[in-house]
Amino acid sequence: MEANIAIPSDGKNTWDGGAVRPFGASYGKMMMWFFIVSDALTFSGFLAAYGLTRFKFIDSWPIADEVFTHIPFIHGEFPMYYVAFMTFVLIFSSVTMVLAVDAGHKMQKSKVAWYMFATIIGGLIFVGSQAWEWNTFIKGSYGAVKTTDGKVLQFVKDGHQIALSDFVVGERMDHRESDTKKNGLWFESGEAVSQYSVAQIIASYKADPSIQIRSEQIDLDKKQKIILSREKGLSELTKGKMVLEGANLKANEYGNTIFADFFFFITGFHGFHVLSGIVLNIIIFMNVVLGTYEKRGHYEMVEKVGLYWHFVDLVWVFVFTFFYLV
Amino acid sequence: MSEHHHKETFVTKYIFSQDHKMISKQFLVTGMFMGIIGVFMSMLFRMQIAWPEESFSLIEAFLGPHQTDGVMNPDMYLALVTIHGTIMVFFVLTAGLSGTFSNLLIPLQIGARDMASGFLNMVSYWLFFISSVIMVISLFVEAGPASAGWTIYPPLSALPQAIPGSGAGMTLWLVAMAIFIASSLIGSLNYIVTIFNLRTKGMKMTRLPLTMWAFFITAIIGVVSFPVLLSAALLLIFDRSFGTSFYLSDIFISGEVLHYQGGSPVLFEHLFWFLGHPEVYIVLLPALGITSEIISTHSRKPIFGYRAMIMSIMAIAFLSTIVWGHHMFISGMNPFLGSVFTFTTLLIAIPSAVKAFNYITTLWKGNLQLNPAMLFSIGLVSTFVTGGLTGLVLGDSALDIAIHDTYFVVAHFHLVMGVSAIFGMYAGIYHWFPKMYGRMMNKTMGYWHFWISIICAYGVFWPMHFIGLAGLPRRYYSNTAFPMFDDLADVNVVITIFALIGGAGQLIFLANFFISIYRGKKATQNPWNSNTIEWTTPVEHVHGNWPGKIPEVHRWAYDYSKRVDPNDDDSDYLHGQDFVLQTTPLLDGEEPS
Repeated sequence: MEANIAIPSDGKNTWDGGAVRPFGASYGKMMMWFFIVSDALTFSGFLAAYGLTRFKFIDSWPIADEVFTHIPFIHGEFPMYYVAFMTFVLIFSSVTMVLAVDAGHKMQKSKVAWYMFATIIGGLIFVGSQAWEWNTFIKGSYGAVKTTDGKVLQFVKDGHQIALSDFVVGERMDHRESDTKKNGLWFESGEAVSQYSVAQIIASYKADPSIQIRSEQIDLDKKQKIILSREKGLSELTKGKMVLEGANLKANEYGNTIFADFFFFITGFHGFHVLSGIVLNIIIFMNVVLGTYEKRGHYEMVEKVGLYWHFVDLVWVFVFTFFYLV
Repeated sequence: MSEHHHKETFVTKYIFSQDHKMISKQFLVTGMFMGIIGVFMSMLFRMQIAWPEESFSLIEAFLGPHQTDGVMNPDMYLALVTIHGTIMVFFVLTAGLSGTFSNLLIPLQIGARDMASGFLNMVSYWLFFISSVIMVISLFVEAGPASAGWTIYPPLSALPQAIPGSGAGMTLWLVAMAIFIASSLIGSLNYIVTIFNLRTKGMKMTRLPLTMWAFFITAIIGVVSFPVLLSAALLLIFDRSFGTSFYLSDIFISGEVLHYQGGSPVLFEHLFWFLGHPEVYIVLLPALGITSEIISTHSRKPIFGYRAMIMSIMAIAFLSTIVWGHHMFISGMNPFLGSVFTFTTLLIAIPSAVKAFNYITTLWKGNLQLNPAMLFSIGLVSTFVTGGLTGLVLGDSALDIAIHDTYFVVAHFHLVMGVSAIFGMYAGIYHWFPKMYGRMMNKTMGYWHFWISIICAYGVFWPMHFIGLAGLPRRYYSNTAFPMFDDLADVNVVITIFALIGGAGQLIFLANFFISIYRGKKATQNPWNSNTIEWTTPVEHVHGNWPGKIPEVHRWAYDYSKRVDPNDDDSDYLHGQDFVLQTTPLLDGEEPS
C-alpha cells in the first residue's frame, strides 16, 4: 500500500511527517512489532499466573529434574538433556533465520531459500520433540497413589524412585476385553484403568520393608522430597483413593495437578505459536522460491516473519527457564 | 488520486468496504444498535429495582420465558445487568467510540489517503460485527445469557452447572469476547502504525491534534491490556471445558466434591483487572481527545496547555496499568499492597486534574459557540469532574472497604466513564456529522437531547451516591427482604423515573441522526471554521480523501483567534479571520504557536 503514502519519501528517518519512517521501519514491520508487544503480554499473563500458583505451592511443586528425564530410544535417567537439545535446535533455527534475513538484504535468493528451509526444519524438529515430550509426560514413568485428601504418594527404594511394576506383586488389572483396536470406544467414555489396584499396592508395600513412601512435600533446604517413615507411609497409603499413572489435565503422578495444567497449557500455547510460525515460514519460503520478493526488489517479508520467529524463540527461553530450570 | 482506479460495486462500497470513512460509519451504526439494546436492558432492570416484583406488560413482552406474569425472574435480572455492562463497555464505548472516530479521523487529520492496511481495517470491523452477532444470539439461549456480571468472576463463570447463565450463555459470551479482542487488536495495530508512518509532510508529532494523541495512546493501551484479558479468558475456557483447575479449588456442588484442586479465583481477578482498569481509559481517552478538539474549536481559542495535555494522556496511560488492585481491596489482599495500589491510584488524580483544568482554562474568556457538540463537551467536563472526585474516595483502600459493591461505586463509574464517554461520543457525532454525511444535524433537537440527557444523568446517578453510602448493595434483584433499606425505596423510584425519561430522550438523538442523514441541511466544507485538515477535504467523499495532492502542514491545530500582535487583544486577526488552517504557511515574522 505504498500508494497510501502522501508524498514520496525523501529517505530521511524523522518524526516530522511526510511519508516518514520513524525508527526506520515500514508500517508493516511496525505492525509486527506492536503485535509482538501484544502477544508478549498474553504470555506474560500466563507466566504470571504460573508464578502466582507455583509460589502458592512452593513446598510441594514437582521437581523438574525428576519429571523430565527421558531421551528417545534410550533407557535410563538423563534429566534435562532432551529439553536442552530442543532448546538448542530452536535457538539455532533463530540463527539460520538471521542468516536468511541477512542474505535477503544482499538479494541472494538461493541463500535466503536455503536458510529459510533450515529454519523450517529446525522448527519441525522442535515441535516434533515437544510432541514426544508431551507423550512421555502423559504416559508417565513410575506411577503413584493419590489419597483422599489430595496427596500424591510416590515409592522409593534405596533413595531412588521406583515404578509400581518394580515392586507390586499380583495380577495386572489393565487387561480389558474391549481394549482391542477393533472393539469399542473405551478411550472416549471408559474409565482409565491402572496397572494395579490400590489394595495390591498396599499389600506389596506391607510385604517389602525396603520400600519407602514420599509425598509431594519438599524439603526446601535439600531440594528433595521428604521421605516418610514406614509407619507414616502406611497410614497415608491406606487413605489411597486412586492410582495415578502419567499426567493429564485432571491428574498428575509427579505431584500437583495444576503443574500439569500449566505445563500442557503454556507449552501447548507456545507450541501452537511455533506451529503457526512454521506455516508462515513455509508460505514465505514458497514465495522466495517463486521469486516474488526478487521481483518486489526487497525481502522485507522475510524480515517480518523473522521478527515473529525470534519472538517465539525468546518466549521459549522464558518458558524453559520457568518450567525446567528454576 | 491513486493510480489504480478500482471499480466499486455495491458490495465493495457499502459492505466489504476498505475505505476508512465507510468503515467508521459501519462501526457507528453497529455500536448504536448495540447501544439501544444495552440502554433498553437498563430500563428493564431499573423498573425491577424501583417497583420490585410488580407486573409490567413491557417485561412480559420482551423477556419471554424469563418472566412470570410480567415479573422478571431473578436469574434474568443478573443476566440483564451482565449483558448491559458488557455491551456498554465493550461494544458501545470501546468499539463504537474508538472504532468510529479513530477510523474516521486518523487518516483525515494526519493527512493520509487511508489507513495503513485497509484490508485489516475491514477485517477488524467484520470481526466486531461477528462478535456483536454472537453476543446478541446469546440473549436467546434457553437458560438465558451469561449472568456472572460483566467481570465474569469464577466460579460462576467457570462451572457450567453453577447458575442458569453459566452454561451456553457463558460459552457464547467468551466466544464473542475472544473475537472482539482479535478485532480490537487488529484495529489498534492499524491506528498506531497509521499515526506513526503515514503523517503528511509537516505533520510533526507535536502538531497532531489532541484527538490523534488520544486515539494513539488509546490504541497502545489496547494493545497492552486486551491480550491479558485474552490470557484470562483462555484459562477460563480450559477450566470450563477441559477440566483444568486454574481458577478452581475444593468445590462442592450439591454435596458432591468436584475434582478441581489448587487454583484460585483471585488469580482471575488479577488478570481481569489488569485489562479492566486500562479499559476504563480505553473508553474515556478518546472522549477526552474529542472534547479537547471541540472545546478549542467552539471557544475560538487555542487549547490551553497542549503539551501538558499530551503529557497527562501519557501519564494516565502509564498509571492505568499499575492500579488494577484497587478493584480488589476486599479480595483478601495484603493491606500493605492495598496501600501501594491506593498510592498509584491517587496519583491518577494529577493528570486527570491537569486535563480538567485545561478544559476550563480553554473555556475561560472564550467566544463560546454553544451548539450541541460544545454543550456535550462541557457536559463531559462536568461529569468527569463529578465522577472523578468520588474516585478519590473509592481509590482509598480504607474507605473503599466500607462502600465496596454498593451503589456508590455504580454512581462513580457510570458518571466518570459511562456518561462522560457517551457524552464525548455524542459531541463527536454532532461535530463530525457534516464530515461523515455531508449534512448538518438539527440544532434544536440537539439542544433537547443535551438538556434531557444531562438532567437525567445527574437525576439517575447523583442520588445513587447517597443510597450507596447508606449501604445499598449493587446487583441485588430486590431489596424488600432487608427492612433497613425500606427508606431508600422512594429514592430508587426517583432514579428509575429519571432513567426512563433519559432513555426515552435518546430517541430524539436517533431521530435526529437518521433524519439528518437524508433531510439535514447541506453542510459547507468547513462548517465550524475549524483548523484541522479534515475540513480541507471535499464534502462529497472521494476515495483517497483529497482529490489532488495531500496538503502540507505548516502549523499546529489550534491557531484560533490569533492576533497580528499577540499581546494586543484589539489588534486584527491574523489572516483576517479567527482561525488559521493548519495548511496555511507561516507569514514572514509570524511566531509559531
